[in-house]
Amino acid sequence: MSQETTEPRSPAGAHGSPAAGPAGAREPAEAQEIVFDRVVKNYPGAGAPAVDELSLTVPAGEICVLLGPSGSGKTTALMMVNRLTEPTGGDIRIGGRSIRDMDRIELRRSIGYVIQQVGLFPHLSIADNVATVPKVLGWDRGRTKQRVAELLDLVGLPVAEYGRRYPAQLSGGQQQRVGIARALAADPPVMLMDEPFGALDPITRERVQDEFLALHERIRKTVIFVSHDIDEAVKMGTRIAVLREGGHLAQYDTPQALLKEPADEFVARFVGADRGLKRLTLIRLADLELSAPGAEAQEAEPHGARTLPSLPGDASLRSALSLMIADGTGALRVTGPDGRVLGTVTLDAVRKAGAA
Amino acid sequence: MSAALPSAVGPLARAAAGGGPGGPGHPVIPDFGAPSGCVAHDATFCTDWFTAHWTNLFWPALVQHVELTLVAVVIGFVIALAAAVLGHFQAWFAAPVSAVSSFLYTVPPLALFQLLVPATGFSVLTVEVALVAYSLYLLFTTILTGLREVPQDAVRAARGMGLTRWQILFKVEIPLAVPAIVSGLRVTTVMTIGTVAIAAYVIDEGLGSLILKALQSPFNTQFIGAGGLAVVLALAADGLLVLGGRLLTPWAHARRTA
Repeated sequence: MSQETTEPRSPAGAHGSPAAGPAGAREPAEAQEIVFDRVVKNYPGAGAPAVDELSLTVPAGEICVLLGPSGSGKTTALMMVNRLTEPTGGDIRIGGRSIRDMDRIELRRSIGYVIQQVGLFPHLSIADNVATVPKVLGWDRGRTKQRVAELLDLVGLPVAEYGRRYPAQLSGGQQQRVGIARALAADPPVMLMDEPFGALDPITRERVQDEFLALHERIRKTVIFVSHDIDEAVKMGTRIAVLREGGHLAQYDTPQALLKEPADEFVARFVGADRGLKRLTLIRLADLELSAPGAEAQEAEPHGARTLPSLPGDASLRSALSLMIADGTGALRVTGPDGRVLGTVTLDAVRKAGAA
Repeated sequence: MSAALPSAVGPLARAAAGGGPGGPGHPVIPDFGAPSGCVAHDATFCTDWFTAHWTNLFWPALVQHVELTLVAVVIGFVIALAAAVLGHFQAWFAAPVSAVSSFLYTVPPLALFQLLVPATGFSVLTVEVALVAYSLYLLFTTILTGLREVPQDAVRAARGMGLTRWQILFKVEIPLAVPAIVSGLRVTTVMTIGTVAIAAYVIDEGLGSLILKALQSPFNTQFIGAGGLAVVLALAADGLLVLGGRLLTPWAHARRTA
């Protein structure tokens, strides 16, 4: 499934074999491919369709970001997948099965759904919120309880400490983590996320985004993620579908390809004039071929103040470029996890990598 | 058979009888006994008389009052809840229900009793029908508002998770509407306790009946006692509902610990 996919962030191979799910869990559900097949949505009374002949395939296990300005139909497209809105035409297939052939309630129970406002139930404890779908599915108490503990652990909110609190007693970031845990409760092969981090402050958003990406590497799900933020799309997406007003698909590509070769003027404007810099966020220093550390750089270690600045290998080229500009140097040193210098990177190398 | 004097004959007679036992051998003219100083001086409120007549006068009237109120509020609540749920599911249903119930609410109680008597007579049924009719408007309006004001994010999330319409109603909407429902019940219960007092014009039951009879006499203890009990009953019912509401909604009072 992942043969043609370029995985910008995850180490090679992580994709093929889904990491075992939460400790002691049963085998996690196999992610499924989602296909939009000439999907149309007309709202009665509205002149133009909200979604117009949308066709795209989200390979199993990938995160597809639907990106576009307001009015581009991205949320409508998302809500058609779990039939919160019925398509007017065309078809959507999950794992080869048309959603029209599935019972609406069963379909929704097999899909994780996360929304910007989180929508936790204020009258239920955190544990009961997460247990909602297992309960309506009729799981026995023991299994539900175990699953809730597992999921809350997974999102970093141990059940012993947070399980009995009410949503109002958590911060916004914590609430959205519970929202994600709740969406994962019945181990759905597919997740729909509607601007899930849009209401969080920038620092919290960044952290929850990172957490979700780490989580996604452990539990392989097919995710459709709605965003209007190109930076978020580049960060979260393995693929990005840019929609323009009226629900037309303008471009569907990997983040690298999208930033390198926008299909048209609209996409180019939407991704921004600084798309070159954005591309640099996708490449890590460790991905480059480093020139051998200069002998004198290593020797000068104890009095490193005058030597080249350094960055860890998992920092992006964007950070590297920024540091070089700030320091007025043409190169910097790359350090490994243990702090040892792995080599040096020059401004020229960054420039070449960004243009590649 | 003097002791068999029904209380309806008049509180004064009973009061004067002092609860004395009747029976053969007693004079035909009832033994009025010696009135207490308080009663003799026609004081504003005689505690001794109040306590002496607690079991035969005030307590039974209080119990009747509670029963009449409870039946009306429970039936009214069930009807209003069903109507509010229908109005919540089908918006067009809400307007006519609201119109009819608000019209009923505007009819003066005495007039409504009067209108019902030809159909249902001087009966408890007449009273309950009228009381239920009065309760509907406030209950329907508050319950419907409560259901409509449930956070839409929670409902959308519930829909997206695959809860059925009824599951959303029972697991999300009604629990979240409890504070609104309780406030509707509080107003309605207090109002009904007041209206039951007026029902004494139709049936000889409840605290209102004691008040009505006492109005015809210069002796005030019965009037003040029964009126005071009605006030205490209203306050107690209100307090119980507040307490019940708090027990049902621990989430609304949870402290922020984060």
